[in-house]
Amino acid sequence: MNVSGFIFQALNGLSSASGLFFVAAGLSLIFGVTRIVNIAHGSLYMLGTYVAYSLATKIGGGFGFWGGIVITACLVGLLGAAIEFVLLRRIYRAPELFQLLATFALILIINDATLWLWGPEDLLGPRAPGMRDAIEIFGRRLPTYDLFLIVIAPVVLWILHLGLARTRFGRLVRAATQDREMVGALGVNQAMLFTAVFALGSFLAGLGGALQVAREPANLAMDLTVIGDAFVVVVVGGMGSITGAYLAAVIIAEVKALCIAIGTVSMFGMSLNFSKFTLVAEFLVMAAVLIARPYGLLGRPQGAVRGVADPEDPMRPATPALKFLGVVVLGALMAMPLMAQSSPYVLILGIDVMIAVLFAASLHFIMGPGGMHSFGHAAYFGLGAYGAALLVKWLAAPMGLALLAAPITALLGALLFGWFAVRLSGVYLAMLTLAFAQIVWAAVFQWEDLTGGSNGVIGVWPPAPFSNSSVYFILVLLLTVIGVLALRRILFAPFGYAMRAGRDSPLRAEAIGIDVKRVHWLGFAIAGLVCGVAGGLFAFAKGSISPETIGVGRSIDGLVMVLLGGIQTLTGPIVGASVFAVLQDTIMRQTEYWRALLGLIILLLVMAFPAGIVGGVINLLRRWRTAS
Amino acid sequence: MTDLSIRSLAKAFGGVRAVNDVSFEVARGEFLAMIGPNGAGKSTCFNMINGQLRPDSGEIWFERANLAGLAPREIWRLGVGRTFQVAATFGSMTVVENVQMALISHAGETYRLWKPAASRYRARALELLEQVGMKDAADRASRELAYGDVKRVELAMALANDPRLLLMDEPTAGMAPRERNALIALVKRLVVEKGISVLFTEHSMDVVFAHADRIIVLARGRLIADGDARTIREHPKVQEVYFGTGKTFARVEPKPLEPQP
Amino acid sequence: MTAPLLNVENLNASYGAAQILFDLSFEIGRGEVVALMGRNGAGKSTTMKAIMGLMARRGRTTFDGVDISRMRPYEIARRGLGFTPEDRRIFVDLTVMENLDIGRQPPRRFADGTAAPVWTPQRLFTLFPNLGEMPDRPGGGMSGGEQQMLTVARTLMGNPLLVLLDEPSEGVAPLIVEQMANTIVELKKEGLSILLSEQNMHFAELVSDRVYLLEKGQIRWNGTMKELAGNVEIQRNYLTV
Repeated sequence: MNVSGFIFQALNGLSSASGLFFVAAGLSLIFGVTRIVNIAHGSLYMLGTYVAYSLATKIGGGFGFWGGIVITACLVGLLGAAIEFVLLRRIYRAPELFQLLATFALILIINDATLWLWGPEDLLGPRAPGMRDAIEIFGRRLPTYDLFLIVIAPVVLWILHLGLARTRFGRLVRAATQDREMVGALGVNQAMLFTAVFALGSFLAGLGGALQVAREPANLAMDLTVIGDAFVVVVVGGMGSITGAYLAAVIIAEVKALCIAIGTVSMFGMSLNFSKFTLVAEFLVMAAVLIARPYGLLGRPQGAVRGVADPEDPMRPATPALKFLGVVVLGALMAMPLMAQSSPYVLILGIDVMIAVLFAASLHFIMGPGGMHSFGHAAYFGLGAYGAALLVKWLAAPMGLALLAAPITALLGALLFGWFAVRLSGVYLAMLTLAFAQIVWAAVFQWEDLTGGSNGVIGVWPPAPFSNSSVYFILVLLLTVIGVLALRRILFAPFGYAMRAGRDSPLRAEAIGIDVKRVHWLGFAIAGLVCGVAGGLFAFAKGSISPETIGVGRSIDGLVMVLLGGIQTLTGPIVGASVFAVLQDTIMRQTEYWRALLGLIILLLVMAFPAGIVGGVINLLRRWRTAS
Repeated sequence: MTDLSIRSLAKAFGGVRAVNDVSFEVARGEFLAMIGPNGAGKSTCFNMINGQLRPDSGEIWFERANLAGLAPREIWRLGVGRTFQVAATFGSMTVVENVQMALISHAGETYRLWKPAASRYRARALELLEQVGMKDAADRASRELAYGDVKRVELAMALANDPRLLLMDEPTAGMAPRERNALIALVKRLVVEKGISVLFTEHSMDVVFAHADRIIVLARGRLIADGDARTIREHPKVQEVYFGTGKTFARVEPKPLEPQP
Repeated sequence: MTAPLLNVENLNASYGAAQILFDLSFEIGRGEVVALMGRNGAGKSTTMKAIMGLMARRGRTTFDGVDISRMRPYEIARRGLGFTPEDRRIFVDLTVMENLDIGRQPPRRFADGTAAPVWTPQRLFTLFPNLGEMPDRPGGGMSGGEQQMLTVARTLMGNPLLVLLDEPSEGVAPLIVEQMANTIVELKKEGLSILLSEQNMHFAELVSDRVYLLEKGQIRWNGTMKELAGNVEIQRNYLTV
């Protein structure tokens, strides 16, 4: 590495920091005032790049490009306002988890809409008119446009800062960030303020996306990549702090640039390619910041959110009726291989459903009783699946060993990530877990030599007698039942109670000697372990595993399963996972745009059935009993 | 005999000295009230003793241990019970399960994964609930209780580790006057029976003057008075900072307002 | 007597499934200071939040001749109904001046055309000299008593016709309580009407004209302050032990 190379990479890093800053700043502003984490903010950024591409190519010339960027930002701002007006306005009082899910549904819908409008190909915009040149720095050429990006971010930061400090709108934003209800009681129309802030935040995302048009091609994966990075930036910078967002964006971009600049070095006779470690570096920065300042560099602890959901009823042991039902269901499942002669597909679907049940039950374990809303549970599924598959691929390990390795790999990952996650709560925890899952996904994707990259690992088939799907079905059934019952047993044991105690009232729990963080950390690890079993079973069920199957989508599927069934009951995730798996199977075969359809289902769920299926049934039964 | 000994405790927030060189002692079996006007440093002082805040300097001796800088759960393990200003229980558990949880933790069984918690120490929990008059509500969800009853359950939880010192932050806040006296009378009876020392903060002066053995007064981060009810009432410094001009609600003519524009 | 400034008919309010208020009916005339008294949990704060639209409520509430029972909080505030919450809810990041600015509304008139008192930061600083000494202090760096003053001043910046003042004496030192009492008397002289929620009999006696006594979400007694002050039995039944 030499100094000139490093400075060049540092400048490069600054220019890529600008786009990230715009998204993170918008995310932060919106969260501050509305208390909603708009997961779809990356989608607005992506739309910005696509719209700017169309304007720049259709209109063309200087106006098409520069004017197009401004028009794009305004259009995306308007779209943000419309989203707030039509959807979010209805769920401000809903539990945090539902708000996160609703904005996630938007990701699915926007992504499919973009696919429908622009098609699947990557689209690279024209170079910026008037800035096609490059300037020479230390013998390397840095595009003038990159210099422009380096300058524009601090300028926008400065304008935002002035606006917040000096204008009445800015004061209102700051006041509402602390106590929006009181601002309303003082005569300020909150609805207008929220819409305006959402429009401003979306404008920033749109601007960030549009400015990238001359730098990188528009593609359909941008939404999740950008939001994952933006979450890391916001966690590092501190939620609600715009200056923090800038600082964090720069730090992270610079650390990545440093890794690339270092390149391959030889140490102790080993050659190490640092440019492959950009994701690890990002993770380390975040870890360091979270240890030193749990609320980010310039953030502060968020006050308790007003109007959280009611606590659940005390847990009661299963009634005889429920036990009987359980035995009946189990009996029916055991008998399924007999019926499979006529329709073998039933068994495949059955295996899918049971793996989903195990996955959802392990997520519910930390989400419900633990109160930790993990948005990245796919990480442990993926670690389990890859743990098993790689053992088969590289060491030709037998299935038994591989299935043992799956939970152990997942457990190690959960111990590592969980240690950080339990230090946070609420939306911070959700963002951090999502970021971790993104890192696992990207590591699998980037580390081609080991994992096969995007091609994944193939040929992970179970040996005889498990190659017979009836036998494999019974194995999956056995492990699923053991897993679910074990989780249930733990919830009724002192440890499960301690986990709920730490969720219900951390202060009180600490005051009776419970180490809440440690209890939640171990809870996280147990959930990871069980989830790893599901991942291992999945790998052998499919015969192959690729990064796609462990993406963010799977994390969100898990959330939907848990919520669909109802988070406040122990049977909820089982019912939810079953319904979801069957539903997904049927929908996916119906339409190319199944993601959008799934998004609409989530929105419907959030708006109409906040207690989930099991919760809804219990409420109905209760009403029926009191009526009779 | 001294149970708790506070020596030169200090804490500053961003240059503001919230607690400044405060020293006092609580004798075994004593019922000591800490009072003071808003912003006097009561909460800061209290939170350093219970482990929520780390003191900048000073020592907090309880029996043979210095509590300064220990975590709340470590302090609890040394035999210090605690109730909160806003009563906190575990809403998703029944009343008796709340107390069982405290007993399970006291027995060091928090990390057991197998035996059902509902069967652990139920008899002992019911006994504690009986002492605070809540046995009949044992199997109700704790979140359904009236606020005064939540405070009683919290007291039962605080007693679960057989504490030798009880820290109570505004034990009667948010309660009706009749309930206030009943709760304090209950606390007093229990601590005398068990020989527990109590340090409590309180806004309600009738409670303080009726029940405290001794009162200490904080103002602007410093301890300005220490004595029985009578001494405190007549202490000139206390009168100045706390009780105002003495004649309650005497009319002081304010400056005339500017005319309306 | 002219029509009351605030007229509440059959007000009901609930938190989820738990009903807190049951068919409250009462009124406040222009220029009156009315005390809403009762023990903790009687429903005093809930009454104010329900009038302000800050929680689910039923019943008919008219204010200065306009039905406000279906309006949202900001619409009610814009009609000239000010609210000072019990827990103050100062914007801790904003300075004293900025806090006041958030409450700012244009001058207003009653329905009959008479002007309501108009407040500027300068006039408020005369009323609360402590605040005048620290215009640039962030709300978070103020003592409890100073915050209590700021929350009243912030509400007055909206030039209200009527202020709902929730427990101004709760949790502040006696010296501040005295100042608050003086302030209320002063505001009444300016022509402001006040609905005061209070547990402290001395305080209420000093400043209010009439009283409604609440118990378990219902009005159990009403009359003039003088009547209540002279009736020890009623005081014992609804206020003290």
